[in-house]
Amino acid sequence: MENGIGLWGVPLAIFAGAIRVSTPFIFVSLGETITERSGRINLGLEGTLVFGAMTAYAVAVLTGSPTLGVLAAMAAGAVFGLIHGWICKFPKVNDIAIGIAMMQFGLGMAFFLGKPFIQPVAPKLPSIPLGGWSSTPQVQAALNINVLFFIGAALALFLFWAFKNTRLGLILRVVGDSTDAARAMGINPDRVRLLATAVGGSLAAIGGAYLSLYYPGSWNEGISSGQGLMAVALVIFARWNPIGCFLAALLFGGAGALGPALQSVGVTQGYYLFYAAPYVLTLIILIMTSSPTRSLAGAPGALSLTK
Amino acid sequence: MTKLLSPNRTMNRRNFLQASAAGALAGVAPGLIGSPAAAQTALTVGFIYVGPKDDYGYNQAHAEGAAVIKKMPGITLVEEENVPETVDVQKTMESMINLDGATLLFPTSFGYFDPHMLAMAAKYPKVQFRHCGGLWTEGKHPMNTGSYFGYIHQGQYLNGITAGYASKTKKIGFVAAKPIPQVLQNINAFLLGARSVDPAITCQVIFTGEWSLAVKEAEATNALIDQGADVVTCHVDSPKVVAETAAGRGAFVCGYHANQSALAKDKYLTGAEWAWGNVYTNFIKAAQGGQKLGNFVRGGLKDGFVKMSPLGSAVSAEARKKFEATLAEAMAGKLSVFKGPLKDNKGNVVITAGKAYAEDAIDLESMAYLVEGVVGSTS
Repeated sequence: MENGIGLWGVPLAIFAGAIRVSTPFIFVSLGETITERSGRINLGLEGTLVFGAMTAYAVAVLTGSPTLGVLAAMAAGAVFGLIHGWICKFPKVNDIAIGIAMMQFGLGMAFFLGKPFIQPVAPKLPSIPLGGWSSTPQVQAALNINVLFFIGAALALFLFWAFKNTRLGLILRVVGDSTDAARAMGINPDRVRLLATAVGGSLAAIGGAYLSLYYPGSWNEGISSGQGLMAVALVIFARWNPIGCFLAALLFGGAGALGPALQSVGVTQGYYLFYAAPYVLTLIILIMTSSPTRSLAGAPGALSLTK
Repeated sequence: MTKLLSPNRTMNRRNFLQASAAGALAGVAPGLIGSPAAAQTALTVGFIYVGPKDDYGYNQAHAEGAAVIKKMPGITLVEEENVPETVDVQKTMESMINLDGATLLFPTSFGYFDPHMLAMAAKYPKVQFRHCGGLWTEGKHPMNTGSYFGYIHQGQYLNGITAGYASKTKKIGFVAAKPIPQVLQNINAFLLGARSVDPAITCQVIFTGEWSLAVKEAEATNALIDQGADVVTCHVDSPKVVAETAAGRGAFVCGYHANQSALAKDKYLTGAEWAWGNVYTNFIKAAQGGQKLGNFVRGGLKDGFVKMSPLGSAVSAEARKKFEATLAEAMAGKLSVFKGPLKDNKGNVVITAGKAYAEDAIDLESMAYLVEGVVGSTS
């Protein structure tokens, strides 16, 4: 075992926490970015996240393979997205209300089907030890990074590029900005939104799989405690920019690690206040980046906030 | 019936059924316990849990106790899991009373008591309610309610002894939910146990602020180990995440609530477990025998309310010897964990020299301090 590393523990914990805690936020917010860029909101991703966590854990327990668990979660998440997308294509359906209903549905189904899997221990997703160069065990532990984190980072870069530079990205943006323009171009907006919602659900479910199969690596009903909802909010915070989503997720993860880390070095007064750090930070940044002259820069024009 | 039909009551399915089935029917279910002939044999008992009953923790400990009484003759067991500490638990209780005919209820979570269980106790005066925790006060609360709890801090003291021998860094860690007296007792007892081995040991505590918050518990465990803690225990509803995370980082684990040795494997030293089966058996025997149920039921290791997990393979022979000697002392009722002179971690004397509290001392149930050697704060 190691000795304490004193005050260095705080920046290290923030760094390690940013990586460990952020991954579900990254996947959910990237998925939601794709969905919202197509002009639709899926508030139900909290349910998809938890259902994905349950599916991944259950499949990993039954098959012994965490990779199969992640794939199964992706499939389940896509189904949730498809249901949401299918219902929302009908006229006068409010996608926010459907999203909330789908969230409750996802949570309920996950709790119901996940009952027998609370006790068994599932095999974990492997991590890549990148800390071999350091002789400090704490640094080594912090640099045990799950491969999903790198996939999330790469995905953020790819989406940033793809939205601007690919035909698919253009189609998605056209549909998101103007349904009429999309129709005039011969694009079927409903189909694009259906697929965008399915992809979004699928990504959110990967976030769930990370929760149950890697960190904290356990399935129970309280595993998410609202992370899916926060991630949806992060999308607006990040102005529908995939790289912004990635950075915002890191910020959230790091700020979330602040409370325990400060207590561990003896800053013990007022820990409830430190636990509010991520939310305070969000407020500060939102206020600082807000502008009196324009509203929600980057928001897709057809985003059905007022449908 | 006037009360049942008062206009300001919210109507739910059960009330509706009850009211529409007219007075005769409505009186039947709550009347069961009053007829001794029926009570001798048939008894429907309801258990309500705040989380899943296989959580390797608080709820599992109660569910294991419920499983014990399920085997007793004449017992019908009804259980419900994941019941929030809100008006939901009132609905669950009403459903158990009216639909299942339960006459003895065990709402096991701390927050069920006030106002939920008290409201139901007033509404169904013939049903017996026993709540897990220390909240029942004679004269203040109705006699068809009561509380039962165990002195598990002696178990944490024994945990601390094994931790004291196992720790090389002389720093041990505690992941705690909220700074309420029962949690503070456990933290203090864990450190005092370790200090009975080596007075130089300190215990770092991290409060997560909630009973069940998986990600924060994992972060807290990692932060403790980053700061050099090499034995970790906890007081949260489900120790599963703490046990797995700590063992995964190579730290030793002392269990809590239930046996987590399957999770921490060879890193598991021992654990302080509830033995609710004995407690529930006593209640059922009393109820079936037509006796009055206790309102204020307490017990520790010697009463069979609390037990220790079998010692793990990492526990040294020396540690085993002291553990067993201390356990024997506790079983004889002679172990006093909190005794003077004792200071809190702000330097104030909290127990004067020469004074020793027995495990059942009522003063301990209002503990609001962390003892010297615990790094942490209650606010």
